[in-house]
Formats: sequence, structure tokens, C-alpha cells
Amino acid sequence: MYLLPLVLFAVLAVYFAVGLTKDPKIIPSALIDKPAPTFDLPTIPGRKGDGFSTADLKKGQVSVVNVFASWCVPCRAEHPYINKLAEMGIVPVYGLNYKDTPDAALNWLSNLGDNYTAVGADISGRVGIDWGVYGVPETFIVDGKGRIRYKQTGPIVGDMLETKILPLIRAIQGGSQ
Amino acid sequence: MIRLPIPVRAVLLAAVLALGSLAAPAPALAVNPDEMLPDPALEARARDISKHLRCLVCQNQSIDDSDAGLAKDLRVLVRERIKAGDSNDEVIAFIVDRYGDYVLLNPPVKKSTIVLWAGPGIVAILGLLALFLFFRKRRGMTIASAQAPLSAEERARLAKILDGDEK
Repeated sequence: MYLLPLVLFAVLAVYFAVGLTKDPKIIPSALIDKPAPTFDLPTIPGRKGDGFSTADLKKGQVSVVNVFASWCVPCRAEHPYINKLAEMGIVPVYGLNYKDTPDAALNWLSNLGDNYTAVGADISGRVGIDWGVYGVPETFIVDGKGRIRYKQTGPIVGDMLETKILPLIRAIQGGSQ
Repeated sequence: MIRLPIPVRAVLLAAVLALGSLAAPAPALAVNPDEMLPDPALEARARDISKHLRCLVCQNQSIDDSDAGLAKDLRVLVRERIKAGDSNDEVIAFIVDRYGDYVLLNPPVKKSTIVLWAGPGIVAILGLLALFLFFRKRRGMTIASAQAPLSAEERARLAKILDGDEK
């Protein structure tokens, strides 16, 4: 009986300790294993290349969708890794340019590099809402049938590409094609 | 019209202004006038829905309170859905489909949230149970000691008291 308060304390301490390791800013996506939203966006006005639509994601291959904006500071840190992923050529990497002004976006891409397979300009941010975007950068892995399989909230930097994103892409490529 | 002397008019004016400022405290609204629906009934519904939706950027504010860009976009979206003829539940379902239950400031009762909803009640019941057991045990102890027959020593002392020998 004298041990009861100690046991209660230990249970609560473990519970709160686990709670502290979680980042409350990361909200689980409601769209995992659901089909990607329906949209058809033109590319950024003035950019050479294709726009981006749902049809691109249903071509039978795993693809990556990167939500970015020129006003987003972490996107700048992330962009070299996105370029690197696109250069590897293992998946098409689509860009969703979220709530940006075309001039700023074009300028940003010409400075930092544009390796995207296609870019959709979501100037109003409405397509972003359909994707459940709440804080750029966000990156989605979509399987060959156009279903969202994974969402990364926040920038892919450091070794995350190698340790997290590439293994996930390979697993999805191996599993669902 | 009677023309009051200037000092009197000044005092009256000051009083009216003071009363006016009491009557109408201007709330700092995140909702911009250009977002509002012209129909007051629909706008009231939009405000009500918005108060129950979490702003995902600031997290502990509703989209009705928040100045974040996404909150504004969601407020506009809520109003668009209302104009399109959605019921309140349909508007909320539309947002939940995209952002999950997390956007609801009032989480729904379901399997994954049962601990959240039932937890306080269970803890309260456990606490009451513990209190009940504690007091029953203590009362049992008092009754037991009260009912025990007097020892020879106690009886002797009682007899003394009754005889008036002990003060």
C-alpha cells in the first residue's frame, strides 16, 4: 500500500516523458492511404515545362510531391536535397508551388535549381488545402495508383534523404507496383 | 433648441463619448470584413463553425481567432461551402477529410479518444472509491475500539470517578 504513490508517480513520469519526446507541431496526415486529391494546375507563369495534375500521379510509378514556396525559409535549406533526389532519377519529383507570386517563384528556382519533373502553381492555396498542407515544406510519397502513402512535414535535410525518404520510396516501389 | 454654455456642452459631450466607449468595446477580429458573407444568418453559421476549427499553424487558436494565412483561407473556404449549400456538419466533414480530427477543437468520441473522454471520470471514480475505503476503515476502527469492553484497570478508574474520588 505504501508503494502505491510511488507506482503512480512512476506511471505518470513515464507517460509525460514519452509525451515530451513528441513534437506537437507534427500533425498526422488524414490522407495517408487515400487517393491524392483531384486537381489540375498550370505551371508557374513564365516557367518552361509542364503543369501538374492528378493524372501525373496515376502513371503506375511511385512519385514524390514536394510542396514549396519562395517565401518559405526552410524550403531553401531543403531544396538541394530535393534537387539531388530528382537527379537520381529513381522517381519523378513534382513541385507544388504553394501560395507564391510567380516572379518570386521563378527567381527562386533559377537561383536554386529546378529539377522538378513538373511544377503546379497553386497561387490561391486551394489545392494545398486539398492536400492537407499546413506548413511548407511538406513532401508526399504517392504510389503508382495515385494513393498518398507517406507525408513528411518540415524540411528534408541532413541525412534524412538517405535514412528515411529513399528507404520508404524503395519499400513502396517494391511493394505496390 | 436651447444653446447650452460651452463648458456644459463639453462635459455632456465627454459623458456621451465615455458611455459610448463602455457600450461598444471593439473586439479585435481576425475575420476581415471582406471575408464576411452578406447574409447575417449565413455569416453567423460561418462564425460558429470557424470557432470549432483549429488553426493548424498556431494550434491553440480557432481559425476564427487566428491571423495566420491558412486560417484566413479556411475561413473563406468555410463560407464558400456554406454558400454552396452545405450544412454545418458537411462543412466540418469537408475540412476534417483534409486535415483529420486534429482540426476539431472538440475531439469526437471514438475508439482512439475514449481514454481522453473517459479518463477524468475514471480517475474521479477511483478517487471516490479510495476515499470511501479510507473512511470506512477509519470508522470501523473507531467503532471497534468503542465497543471493546473496559479493561479491569479502566473499570477501577471509572468506579473511582463515579465515587467522586478522582477529579
